Amino acid sequence: MPLVYYLLLSAILFGIGVAGVLLRRNAIVIFMSVELMLNAVNLTFVAFAAHLKNLEGQIFVFFVMVVAAAEVAVGLALIVAIFRVKATVFIDEINLMKW
Amino acid sequence: MMITFQDFYLLAPELVLTLAGFAVLMLGLIFPRMYRETLLAIVLIALAGALLFAIQHWSNQPATAFYGMINVDKFSAGFQVLFIIAAALTVMLSLNALEATYLSYSEYFALILFAAVGMMLMASSAHLLTLFLGLETLSVSLYILAGFRREEAKALEASFKYFLLGAFASGFLLYGIALLYGSVGSAGIPAIAARLTQNAGLAAQPLFVTGLVLMVVGFGFKIALAPFHMWAPDVYQGAPTPISAFMATGSKAAGFAALMRVLLAANVMTAALWQQIFWVIAVATMAIGNIIALRQDNIKRLLAYSSIAHAGYILVGAIANNETGYAGVLFYLLSYTFMNVGAFGVVAYLAKAEQEYVNIAEYRGLAYRRPFAAVTMAIFMFSLAGVPPTAGFLAKFYVFSGAVQAGYLWLVILSVINSMISLYYYLGLVVVMFMQEPEGEKAPFTPLPAVGIALIIAAFGTLNLGLFPGQWMDKFQALARSLM
Repeated sequence: MPLVYYLLLSAILFGIGVAGVLLRRNAIVIFMSVELMLNAVNLTFVAFAAHLKNLEGQIFVFFVMVVAAAEVAVGLALIVAIFRVKATVFIDEINLMKW
Repeated sequence: MMITFQDFYLLAPELVLTLAGFAVLMLGLIFPRMYRETLLAIVLIALAGALLFAIQHWSNQPATAFYGMINVDKFSAGFQVLFIIAAALTVMLSLNALEATYLSYSEYFALILFAAVGMMLMASSAHLLTLFLGLETLSVSLYILAGFRREEAKALEASFKYFLLGAFASGFLLYGIALLYGSVGSAGIPAIAARLTQNAGLAAQPLFVTGLVLMVVGFGFKIALAPFHMWAPDVYQGAPTPISAFMATGSKAAGFAALMRVLLAANVMTAALWQQIFWVIAVATMAIGNIIALRQDNIKRLLAYSSIAHAGYILVGAIANNETGYAGVLFYLLSYTFMNVGAFGVVAYLAKAEQEYVNIAEYRGLAYRRPFAAVTMAIFMFSLAGVPPTAGFLAKFYVFSGAVQAGYLWLVILSVINSMISLYYYLGLVVVMFMQEPEGEKAPFTPLPAVGIALIIAAFGTLNLGLFPGQWMDKFQALARSLM
């Protein structure tokens, strides 16, 4: 299959991720949308690496996965900590500070 | 090719801090009742060791390590010195802010060290992979540090906002890197520069341009450029005060270092379109920061908006794209580190365990009650406003004169108007401290000496850079020449 199919698919996935972050109100869903963005990027890397016959892109993906795992650990811990204090995970209700 | 001892020597500043971070973590685990002064001493010794290596690298020939992943030159060494200064001042200021939760000091110090390692990796990256890893090491450590007081709703909110927007921005940055990799065929920063000189048409390719735009969006979030600045005030307000200082100085400088590396390699500042984009971003950043800062009554939010405005001034030097401009950027970042850590430092100095002096009304007549705090705060405010003979004035002078040399007269005029607006709120605080009567006496309280020493160092740095800029400027010009 030509490269452009993969790039289109990953661009669409990235767009869905961005829309999810901007439109959803549940912290966990926003968080999943961010993960979707990162995985869309992984697909781009792999597609380019296969197309260019160059390993750099494949290696990049491993590092992105490691970083995403680290972010998940911190992010979920934060969500749990917030839930303990405020008993909500909806970002509309997490608004002590404005302007 | 093999990894040799030389590679580890070139990575020494980062390695020293990483090992020290792990050592501090283990010490905290084994001796949970250890004095925090002991931990502070260990951290400061590690930072001093890293500083020695960084100074050595400054005078060595430029070299790459680990198969061209790390670039050790004057640029990286200079920024490493800056990060070490910022980290050292931050840990010294922290003794106060965390009075109540001192049992977790070892984790707190270790995270500051890991964040500093991330910053250093960003400044010395020769490959977009190292850049990304450095950025994430920095960001993940700062997400935790911002919410370190985890029973406090505001701190958690700050941390959470920072985390969501930071992760969102990393997504953009990473997508940018992927597209750039696809269009160039390699993610090495020198490889990008080499391909561009071979094939000038590449710079106009849609894939390449989109990749670069996405990367700029990602960096824009990290250094709080308008219109990606919305997180900064909330995060700086909610985070522990020393951490706000660290984010506003070290993290911002690291973002600028990485941005400059990428922009110089991609050689985009010579293209008219990019110049216009950055022109608009710089003016918008300054204007938004300064105008919203006018009506803040919380000092940490005021400093946050001021820090947004300063990012705009610093960008002016990068737009100039000449030797004076880049030397000015470095001078600005170093001055800004001293004066802004100092300003946040005074807030931390006054803070008691559970109660912070964050409302500007509480600073009324501070000069009569706490003369030391008031005088140092006045020095930092004059410097942030750009009043001679402080570092802030010369920093602005160098950055703006670089822009004038490059022919950006209007940009400089708008920047000067902006810094006049900023006089109002900086000097307003000085007026509140010195000319108004104190009210509502609070119980006297003596801060720890380390905090006072950090303030003296910051004030000394601010005045030293302002009074004797020549020696520093010579170094920064050498550095700027090595870049161009």
